[in-house]
Amino acid sequence: MHVLVLAGGLSAERDVSLRSGRRVAEALRTERPEWEVNLSDVDADLLDRLADHRPDVIIPLLHGAAGEDGALRDVLECLGIPFVGSAGAASRLAFDKPVAKQLVLDHGLRTPDCVAMPQSTFRELGASGVLRAVVTRLGLPLVVKPARGGSALGASIVHEAAELPSAMVGAFAYGDVVLMEQYITGTEVAIGVFERDDDVLALPGVEIVPQGELYDYAARYTAGTTEFFCPARLDAEREMQAQAMALSVHVLLGLRDWSRTDLIIDAAGTPWFLEVNAAPGMTETSLVPQALSAAELPLGELMAELAEAATSRSR
Amino acid sequence: MTTAGSRLDPWVDAYAARANAMRASEIRALFAVASRPEVVSLAGGMPYVQALPIDMLTQTAQRLLVERGSVALQYGSGQGDQGLREQILDVIGEVGITAHPDDIVVTTGSQMALDLVTRIFCDPGDVVLVEAPSYVGALGVFRAYECDVVHVAMDDEGLVPQALSDALDRCRAEGRRVKLIYTIPSFHNPAGVTQGAGRRAEILRIAQAAGVLLLEDDPYGLLGFEGEPPRAIRADDAEGVIYLGSFSKTIASGLRVGWAVAPHGVREKLVLAAEAAVLCPSNYAQLTVSEYLATQPWREQIKTFREVYRERRDALLESLQALMPEGTTWTIPAGGFYSWLTLPEGLDATAMLPRAVANLVAYVPGTGFYVDGQGRQNLRLSYCYPEPDRIREGVRRLSAVIESELELVHTFGTAHALNPVTGSTVPSPDLA
Repeated sequence: MHVLVLAGGLSAERDVSLRSGRRVAEALRTERPEWEVNLSDVDADLLDRLADHRPDVIIPLLHGAAGEDGALRDVLECLGIPFVGSAGAASRLAFDKPVAKQLVLDHGLRTPDCVAMPQSTFRELGASGVLRAVVTRLGLPLVVKPARGGSALGASIVHEAAELPSAMVGAFAYGDVVLMEQYITGTEVAIGVFERDDDVLALPGVEIVPQGELYDYAARYTAGTTEFFCPARLDAEREMQAQAMALSVHVLLGLRDWSRTDLIIDAAGTPWFLEVNAAPGMTETSLVPQALSAAELPLGELMAELAEAATSRSR
Repeated sequence: MTTAGSRLDPWVDAYAARANAMRASEIRALFAVASRPEVVSLAGGMPYVQALPIDMLTQTAQRLLVERGSVALQYGSGQGDQGLREQILDVIGEVGITAHPDDIVVTTGSQMALDLVTRIFCDPGDVVLVEAPSYVGALGVFRAYECDVVHVAMDDEGLVPQALSDALDRCRAEGRRVKLIYTIPSFHNPAGVTQGAGRRAEILRIAQAAGVLLLEDDPYGLLGFEGEPPRAIRADDAEGVIYLGSFSKTIASGLRVGWAVAPHGVREKLVLAAEAAVLCPSNYAQLTVSEYLATQPWREQIKTFREVYRERRDALLESLQALMPEGTTWTIPAGGFYSWLTLPEGLDATAMLPRAVANLVAYVPGTGFYVDGQGRQNLRLSYCYPEPDRIREGVRRLSAVIESELELVHTFGTAHALNPVTGSTVPSPDLA
């Protein structure tokens, strides 16, 4: 079997993606030494390379725009090359946080109230008036982040209205639409979801305790700066509710093979959906590998199974 | 259920306090994108080694291994190869320095010389005076040795003598020990400016009067675009100046061969410090440089580099002049690799970088060249690596990014992001 792991790309999460890709490729080579496992960046020569040496299956591990927004997966579907992970349309839904939140809300799951707006709205109507209206509606504190994108790039927590303009500037640096959502205090938990043997499984929750208030880029990728608990320090009922929410999100957004749902469990024990990732990070400090380790599921074995499932799905 | 969490690094409580600031940074993540060919990188200071005669270098390396392999592949002297030190005298003669081979310590790039000098002179809390802005690699060394780095103002002719004198007076009045004055007099990184002869003399006089050692860093001195190379400050004082030189820009940065020219007592300590750090610099790299200097027309090659960089400097300046929005200013380098750009009032080069990289152009935000948060309105543009047409395209993209950022400021009344970027704000050496 010839497996091609795609990693890198042009998004701000390129470095994270490259690390994810190398880790997955290495795990696969160890698990299936007889397979040909290659790693490739995504660039203007990719389609030529695919034509010259067509892989049996592709594992897209691109993070951020052009990797998670579904476009590349649409191209792979056009080429008829099987790939691991969600189809283009479902990836697009997951990648757009306001859209994913609305879908989740429509299905009766809790998610913090939010407003998403493009820069042009502020320009045309005046930022101060629009921000005043947002604060009146949502209150404070607020989480401000780009509507699309990951790794908390451009994200900040706003406690006072006076901080909002600079929070908007930080978020608009990474995208044209910004999401402002109510800040729910509680326990931050990530739940990995995998499809295996026609079943959809939720992994143990990973509880995230960053040193600062925000689980930001440095906290995510500097070993030692964040404390993780896996399984999360939740009672059995809360853990089950969190896993049930992640499974529901995976199913109702039409995601495939794997995903990771980030949620907050408030003081009353209620889980709130924050966002879902169709291409979860797989670096040394990422959440899904920690959950796999806690569940004693070897990464290589699982990825090999997903790769095989993807090839048989195309037949 | 687990009772204790994991921080994914079992040694997290064992690190020295100075490692606390070593964290993953968003800016470094953005520079990872800048390495892609789609991005015009005006960020890194990579010399254009493609201008070297690779065939001749191949022959040089081959001849070295065949004829002197047993020496090249062996340990060498901690002070560096005697033959190379003699040849370095010819190179520093170009900037007016006369010295003896024993005055020279060969190092792994001049970066290592910076480290060694700081190691033997600076205790934690000692003051090092540096230009504002200054070379990021030097700031990193000074911080690693827990020096108190104090910036001194510059103008279009480099370090301002009166500001230097005032800083020395202030430190003395406060009872702080100033150990070094660090300066890049020629084709400054990142400011792109050059000290004139009169200013060099004045700076030397101030350092001598204060009894403070001058650390003269001169990696670009032979890469001027007009006239003779500027005369080094060390040429006029052998006892009060340590001069740092490098082959990184005149031959190849990958060889990692630099040197220090130091007074006798200092040199003895530098050699011992070098032996403690690395035993000896790479014999292979030193003999490659030595063979190159002995057999190749190295002065002609430097002329070639000057022409390459002059053409690129011109492309940059012409495009900046044609495209930059009103309120943007920049320095006009007479040599070297860099121009220092000041954004229109209110803009923040660090906050703007994600937008720039998304628009396929990269630069280094100015804050990386200060230890105290200055430089938010500045950025460094490197013209050494991209071809002239790519530079023009890069400036066109940058101009559009600045226009968008001006609109953002107009909309929100600020260009500063709420969350300050932590960790390194400069690219690693291999990212152009």
